[in-house]
Amino acid sequence: MSFFVSQVLTGLAGAATLFLVASGLSLIFGVTRIVNFAHGSLYMLGAYLAYLAVAFLRPRIGIEIGFWLGIVVGALAVGLIGVVLERAVLRRLYRASELFQLLATFAIALVVQDLALAAFGPEDLLGPPAPGFSGAVRIMGRAVPEYDLFLMVLGPLVLIGLTLLLRRTRWGILVRAATEDREMTAALGVNQSWLFTGVFFLGATLAGLGGALQLPRQPANLGMDMAIVVEAFVVTVVGGMGSIAGAFVAAILIGQLHAFGILAFPNITIVLLFLFMAAVLIVRPWGLFGQPPSRGRRAPAPAGPLIRPLEKRARLATLGLVAVLLAAPALVGAYYQAMLTEILIFALFAASLQLLTGIGGMVSFGHAAYFGLGAYGAALSVKLLALPMAAALWMGPLLATLGAMLFGWFCVRLAGVYLAMLTLAFAQICFAIAFQWYGVTGGDNGLLGIWPSAWAASPGRYYYLVLGLAGLGIWGLRQSVHAPFGYGLRAGRDAPQRAEASGIDLRRQQWLAFVLAGAAAGLAGGLHAFFKGSVFPDTAGIALSVDGLVMMLLGGIETLSGPLVGALLYKALHIFIVSQTDYWRLILGGIILALVTAFPHGVVGYLAGAWRRPTWRRPSWRWPTWRSR
Amino acid sequence: MAGWAWIGVLAAWLATGGGARAAEPIRIGEFNSYTSFAAFTIPYRNGWQLAVEEINRAGGVLGRQLEVISRDDGGKPADAITVANELVAKERVVLLAGTLLSHVGLAVSDFAKQHKVIFIAAEPLTDTIAWSQGNRYTFRLRPGTYVQAAMLAEEAAKLPAKRWVTVAPNYEYGKSAVAAFRELLQKRRPDVAFVAEQWPALGKIDAGATVQALELAAPEAIFNVTFGADLTKFVLEGKLRDLFKGREVVSILGGEPEWIDPLKDQAPERWIVTGYPWYALDTPAHGTFRKAYEAKFNDYPRLGSMVGYVTFKMIAQAIAAANSTETEKVITALRGLKMETPIGPITMRAADHQTTMGTYVGRLTVKDGMPRMIDWRFGDGTTYLPSEADARAMRPAD
Amino acid sequence: MTLLAVRALARAFGGVRAVDGVDFDVAAGRLTALIGPNGAGKTTCFNLLNGQLRPDAGSVSLDGQELVGRAPRTIARLGVGRTFQIAATFASMDVRENVQVALLAHRRQITRLWGQARGSHAGDADRLLEQVGLADQKDRPAGVLAYGDVKRLELAMALAGEPRLLLMDEPTAGMAPAERAGLMRLISAIVRERGLGVLFTEHDMDVVFRAADNILVMDRGRLIAEGPPEAVRANPTVRAVYLGGE
Repeated sequence: MSFFVSQVLTGLAGAATLFLVASGLSLIFGVTRIVNFAHGSLYMLGAYLAYLAVAFLRPRIGIEIGFWLGIVVGALAVGLIGVVLERAVLRRLYRASELFQLLATFAIALVVQDLALAAFGPEDLLGPPAPGFSGAVRIMGRAVPEYDLFLMVLGPLVLIGLTLLLRRTRWGILVRAATEDREMTAALGVNQSWLFTGVFFLGATLAGLGGALQLPRQPANLGMDMAIVVEAFVVTVVGGMGSIAGAFVAAILIGQLHAFGILAFPNITIVLLFLFMAAVLIVRPWGLFGQPPSRGRRAPAPAGPLIRPLEKRARLATLGLVAVLLAAPALVGAYYQAMLTEILIFALFAASLQLLTGIGGMVSFGHAAYFGLGAYGAALSVKLLALPMAAALWMGPLLATLGAMLFGWFCVRLAGVYLAMLTLAFAQICFAIAFQWYGVTGGDNGLLGIWPSAWAASPGRYYYLVLGLAGLGIWGLRQSVHAPFGYGLRAGRDAPQRAEASGIDLRRQQWLAFVLAGAAAGLAGGLHAFFKGSVFPDTAGIALSVDGLVMMLLGGIETLSGPLVGALLYKALHIFIVSQTDYWRLILGGIILALVTAFPHGVVGYLAGAWRRPTWRRPSWRWPTWRSR
Repeated sequence: MAGWAWIGVLAAWLATGGGARAAEPIRIGEFNSYTSFAAFTIPYRNGWQLAVEEINRAGGVLGRQLEVISRDDGGKPADAITVANELVAKERVVLLAGTLLSHVGLAVSDFAKQHKVIFIAAEPLTDTIAWSQGNRYTFRLRPGTYVQAAMLAEEAAKLPAKRWVTVAPNYEYGKSAVAAFRELLQKRRPDVAFVAEQWPALGKIDAGATVQALELAAPEAIFNVTFGADLTKFVLEGKLRDLFKGREVVSILGGEPEWIDPLKDQAPERWIVTGYPWYALDTPAHGTFRKAYEAKFNDYPRLGSMVGYVTFKMIAQAIAAANSTETEKVITALRGLKMETPIGPITMRAADHQTTMGTYVGRLTVKDGMPRMIDWRFGDGTTYLPSEADARAMRPAD
Repeated sequence: MTLLAVRALARAFGGVRAVDGVDFDVAAGRLTALIGPNGAGKTTCFNLLNGQLRPDAGSVSLDGQELVGRAPRTIARLGVGRTFQIAATFASMDVRENVQVALLAHRRQITRLWGQARGSHAGDADRLLEQVGLADQKDRPAGVLAYGDVKRLELAMALAGEPRLLLMDEPTAGMAPAERAGLMRLISAIVRERGLGVLFTEHDMDVVFRAADNILVMDRGRLIAEGPPEAVRANPTVRAVYLGGE
């Protein structure tokens, strides 16, 4: 019993931190509709800046006041950083799609990681104990840190403070009005711009405070951002995006899930978390306390470009490209053959994501799930079933297809950012299974020795195999876009009500898109497994999902050839950057930011626009069309 | 600082390489987790940069300068393989060296086998890389979990404690360290029982809950494998919640500066650890190394610094002995290679491609606000490694 | 001949009875208008008829077939076409492709993975576009059409489903007066030719009283009058609550 109680208390202390971070995230989402992936970075900066502030103030104004003032200074400094981010970057994205917002904030997170490394150095920085709360008290015979109790009290206090702020002040009432109905607030003549900035300041300060308050419990370190942000997402989504009370309840639930999960299932803690999130999204798509997004009164979607079969000139160019690719092994050495192989694999992956996100309008933030299932499907059928490569290569897409059938069935019932979050949850479940099911998947070690059969072992031959299969996959995806299926899918993206009223079963259409995209991504995953000779949990990781999105974005989200060009550019860039500098995250993040803020139509879209620009075309500097329904 | 170090190397290379420009440099491919585990790998890089500078200043190897093509593996095995492939196929390096994380090392080892290129696994701790998954192209420098665990088990067996619990990160290194320690301790002490285990995900420990769960098992002693921020959190929570009071704690690598120094004066007392008491090693060999390192980087050496330094000295010596950069000749030279290091002589065993490098075991204390090892002794790898015959039996046939 | 029979239809939103026990019929071959002041419950009523909303009570039957509880696309397939107050077309397709998609959906070919959508049912699409007067614009992107043309396109798309009943929510909203008359003439012609029933809402009383064969008047969720234009115009209740203000 005493153990039970103290475990509950431990869970509550963890929940308080989670709540601080998640409430800021939720607040920002509620008003700006931006899912801020960089929120974890603000938390991390909070810890670092508070460390510096405390170290500076303690010797000057005394240990006690120096510590607490340092925490506050750190949190406020992060709030100011939030303001800078909002004014410099995010405000350009309020009208953009979820995809651009997620990518931009992810890019900020990448940039902050490298800047923090450069600014604070690689070593962990441990702060001093909190004055007045450095010991432990005995509760039912068990030692409970005083600081835990402090956090436990602070959590509800912050909740009360935020609630009063939102209900009793004019500013708070405006924030709530904006959360419920943005257009209405605009109509009321509120200066939306500064309202949004203010919300960002508050949200960032809360994240910074969460980080600063970690100082006595853990060192400021460079892994803090990613460790918290995904969990804060889970809390926000489970609680209902935009709901502060929801974040509070969800943080407590997740805190307890952690505290007791490690007792019952010490090995699958991460799987539990995302299973919980997926279950909540399936049963209550808008979270425990969330509201369905307000419908109607949204500006009608502007036109996207038409999708046309290739013109004669483009057809010739394509034939020429195929000829060059066929001749490539005779022209370049093994290294560039391998590079081309990798590019082809990722071109297939990006093209499959394009079907789902570009054509179908469903932002998938977890497309790596199918890539990973394909890779593990192929690798496990070699390891467990001892299948030869020719057979194993089909098992990958098969497993991915089954996964897409299952996940897609749930995902098509949601839309917009909720759909994106559910795809993320499913991908994280796949990742966590690969990561934690040590006995079968090898955990972090992955599965090694998945090399191609002798007949395809040389780089040149494997290149041809990939060229054939990936080429077939890409052609198949293209064909499906030109086929009635693709038109029906696009119809659902452009005008869902119209599509349904015309008799299109939109969910079935979208589910089919999931299945096709999953199968193609699975094929890419299987090819990748034999290409690398190994598979690792990263093949289902968030980073790969983001890579796919960046490739798609880089090439141009609205054009069919975009993902192919994007895969080429992205892979070549990545290899080049990594070989030139250790600060590749900074550069990659910078490129993504430049893309989403300045070139939202990608390279192919930009070129196509500059090339033709027919008279009837709308000015090409519009955001890509589809948004959440 | 890293940038300045690079300029230093460049300057040194330009200064010394001017005369030798006629001879093409020997290209070595090197990669480690420089961005994702910077605290552990930057000292390693400093170490090998020092070694390369010394080698090239002394005229290089076979009359040619060493040129190191260095990359970041992002802490991910897949990225490491991409980088390895680039270094081999494009940069035409004669061999590969580096890596910290066990699973990254294993993946590169598999790549080395497939592509028939030498890989000096400098820092990975898992022993599968030398034994059950060993191959003729992979050589491991640092003492692995088995040797570390054997030295700790020897000390642990002297303790009265019978009820043990373990806490380790849930990946290759944690798994293999716990497995080795359990086996070796129970061999010495059949009366010992392991009553609970915790496997927090790397970098994601829920320290309070983990400490409670361990305490629930009412252990007499604890074996710890967590490191980095996880270790710091675990120590802070454990101290507050009296987990360590009246209990012995054995912590692998807990005396290595990169592991324990971030805790500063909050480091735990009396833990039994393996580590690197650089502050107390007064042999001339170590003194020379330390002085050169401190002069160049204005910082004290970590264990990784020493490993990086020795790795590149070994590469140079092997190529010199082979009198060639051909893979098979260098393999022959590496097998059985004997060399001096700042912490004593080592041999690269021919049977399992594992050096006999040893380590230090002792107890932790805090002196002048920093963690320090006391009552330490040096254990030679030769004493603790399985015999060459036993080791060979564990390896798959080449 | 009664095509659509609505009985005791009701739907409330959080205590507000948007549609409160409504009965009416729509006959084939005729235009029936549904009018009423803002907030009378017209659009809610429409959304109940085509399945976008579920009624709390009541029945809707098309030629004796119950529609309540069915999804919009099923109701569409049973022969109920629909146009929206804010016209919706597929902006990333050209005009003809829009109609082709509607034809493919109606003919249950929309999930086909083979063939080219652009080559499907081109002749039928052209005929429909001819009928609504958009033949000369068939290659333009739907997203750049003038608003009146978007309304015509939507009509063509609805007709592609070979509806027996057409629900049109403010078919002339946002159009110039001259255009309005033209569109309503077009709709009347189609109704006579195909013998389908039309139920439409409209704000412009000139349009309503000129085009409609039968008029239903709603106020605060209830039907307050029904009949041919002259009768409704003369109805004192209607004049009081609705026309009286003008």
